[in-house]
Amino acid sequence: MSILVGADTRLVVSGLTGREGSYHALNNRRYGTDVVAGVTPGKGGQDVEGIPVFNTFREAVAATESNTAMVFVPPPFAADSILEAQDAGIATIIAITEGIPAHDELRVFNVLKHKSGVRLVGPNCPGVLSPGKANVGIIPASFFKPGNVGVVSRSGTLTYQIGNELAQSGFGNSSIVGIGGDPVPGSSFVDIIALFEDDPETELIVMSGEIGGSAEEEAAQYIAEHVSKPVVGYVAGLTAPPGKTMGHAGAIVSGSSGGGRAKIDALEAVGVRVGRTPTQVAQIAVEILRG
Amino acid sequence: MDLLEYKGKQVLARHGVAQPAGGEAASADEAVAVAEKIGYPVVVKAQVKIGGRGKAGGIKLATSAGEAREHATSILGMDIRGHTVHVLWIEQASEIASEYYAAVVFDRSAKAPLVMLSTHGGMDIEQVAEQHPDALATLHVDPLVGFQPYQARRLAYEAGVDADVVRPVCRMLATLYDVFVGEDATLVEINPLVITPAREVMALDAKVTLDDNAMFRHPDNAGLDDSSDADPQEAMAKERGLTYVKLDGDIGIFGNGAGLVMSTLDVVAHAGGAPANFLDAGGGAKAEAIAASVDVILSNPHVKAVLFNVFGGITRCDEVARGIIDAYGILKPTVPFVVRLDGTNDVEARKLLADADLPQVYAEATMDGAAARVVELARQHDAGTA
Repeated sequence: MSILVGADTRLVVSGLTGREGSYHALNNRRYGTDVVAGVTPGKGGQDVEGIPVFNTFREAVAATESNTAMVFVPPPFAADSILEAQDAGIATIIAITEGIPAHDELRVFNVLKHKSGVRLVGPNCPGVLSPGKANVGIIPASFFKPGNVGVVSRSGTLTYQIGNELAQSGFGNSSIVGIGGDPVPGSSFVDIIALFEDDPETELIVMSGEIGGSAEEEAAQYIAEHVSKPVVGYVAGLTAPPGKTMGHAGAIVSGSSGGGRAKIDALEAVGVRVGRTPTQVAQIAVEILRG
Repeated sequence: MDLLEYKGKQVLARHGVAQPAGGEAASADEAVAVAEKIGYPVVVKAQVKIGGRGKAGGIKLATSAGEAREHATSILGMDIRGHTVHVLWIEQASEIASEYYAAVVFDRSAKAPLVMLSTHGGMDIEQVAEQHPDALATLHVDPLVGFQPYQARRLAYEAGVDADVVRPVCRMLATLYDVFVGEDATLVEINPLVITPAREVMALDAKVTLDDNAMFRHPDNAGLDDSSDADPQEAMAKERGLTYVKLDGDIGIFGNGAGLVMSTLDVVAHAGGAPANFLDAGGGAKAEAIAASVDVILSNPHVKAVLFNVFGGITRCDEVARGIIDAYGILKPTVPFVVRLDGTNDVEARKLLADADLPQVYAEATMDGAAARVVELARQHDAGTA
């Protein structure tokens, strides 16, 4: 089954006419994703290699019945694009853009939480890949194959590292979901783990976290109460000094909160095995799957 | 962007936040000139982006030109927990009846701004939370609604603010919230927020953090960045658009993607090594950016070996290989490189490196293997056997 993206995905891309947007949207289409439209104000009527471009999301949805949006516009315009997509009735919004102001993300999150029927993944995320079915975003799909391991991660390339190790041991993925590295993500570990728990194709869940915030601790609590499938964890950034942002806007240990050690402890306390290196994570997952 | 106290106060001043008169000084002469203009007594304050200035002797009262000169001289150049003092803020000394605490914070767990108020200011807020938890009044603001007057009053009465200053304290909280939103700040903290004997409400200190991602809409604020107490490598990297954080160790680290780089630091530490830096070249970096990254890493004299750990998605491994080869030619490093490249164009990349046959550049197939190798090489460097 997989989650969030698949055979039913009809994708509209804001930023399709931009360099990054077109490159990745066309990659996604080559992979098999149904890319049906683009949105760029002022370029309605044009097309990108046959994909029609519209001035607004409303027009795009009316013409193509798109149900999923990939937001690939620059930071000053991204929050607005997300809200526009929701307003046009898009159910799944995947925001790739990095560098959106924190206050904009705060506003977007608070607006969306009052709307039903919409899910935001990201921003500052690599997207969602359901191997063999659809890819929305920048995850390099060639490294992954279909299978029964669901992966949810705050990091892009770290996910590829872990996923690749799993693939080398013969295990594939139901879906790989990048929730992104920003402080106010549209979907948390909890949100995605809940989807994996309900997905018949997923038998084991790998969650890759990092320092900053309390998403991993919240996930631990959720797992203890609601998750029956095995979960293997990873937390990056144990070596990072406090007070310094490590690349991702959300990766910072402030005062006594957000530290890596506390996250590992919280996860292990509820029975989640936590690998100390990405390789070890894959090893643990393989052990559980084979056992 | 963390702002120095006096820059934070400049931002607050734009919104009408009352504060003592003051002036900056980068030398003892300047300090005395400012002090004379303001009138004694003045407080000579170290300007660094770290707390604990008072305890370190970085905040001193001066009642005369002689004292101002003496304090300025002793505080300038002082090292306060790793930060060097290059600038002073000379401020009119205030008469203090009470020291409160007020802050607006970006609470990412609650996904809402958190406003905090306490009549127990002047000490570490974490101490207040621990020792006087009932003394700290807090509430979350709905960012779609904004900070309402009734919320300010709730905080003021809960905190037990003196009755005669409830109104000005409420006005101050509203102003701090306006600064928080209007300037795209992720932190606005006033500690102490002082009540004078004349019953004025004034910000005696200011800790303001601005969101770097919002700078595009605050061109005035870009100039507030002060890297005078920053590390030279970090400043160099920032100029080149690289994400670089200096650490205490001796193994240089290069990677693509913040999570992978953090993980690389951890894996190196796990293997018994000490990372010298975090460096994320980002996605899709070209050979030029790679070479610039190598330059920044090697400019740290403590580095004894460098680990390149790349899993290329958008990043092309062959570009990374070209960058390493270019950098090698220009910089002629004297320390060994361990290179692990996987992902897009990895086969081509490995061939490029193998053909270049650079001395002391070692290819490794796995992340763990590469970490172990670089740790070993750094050790050998110590023993003089590398």
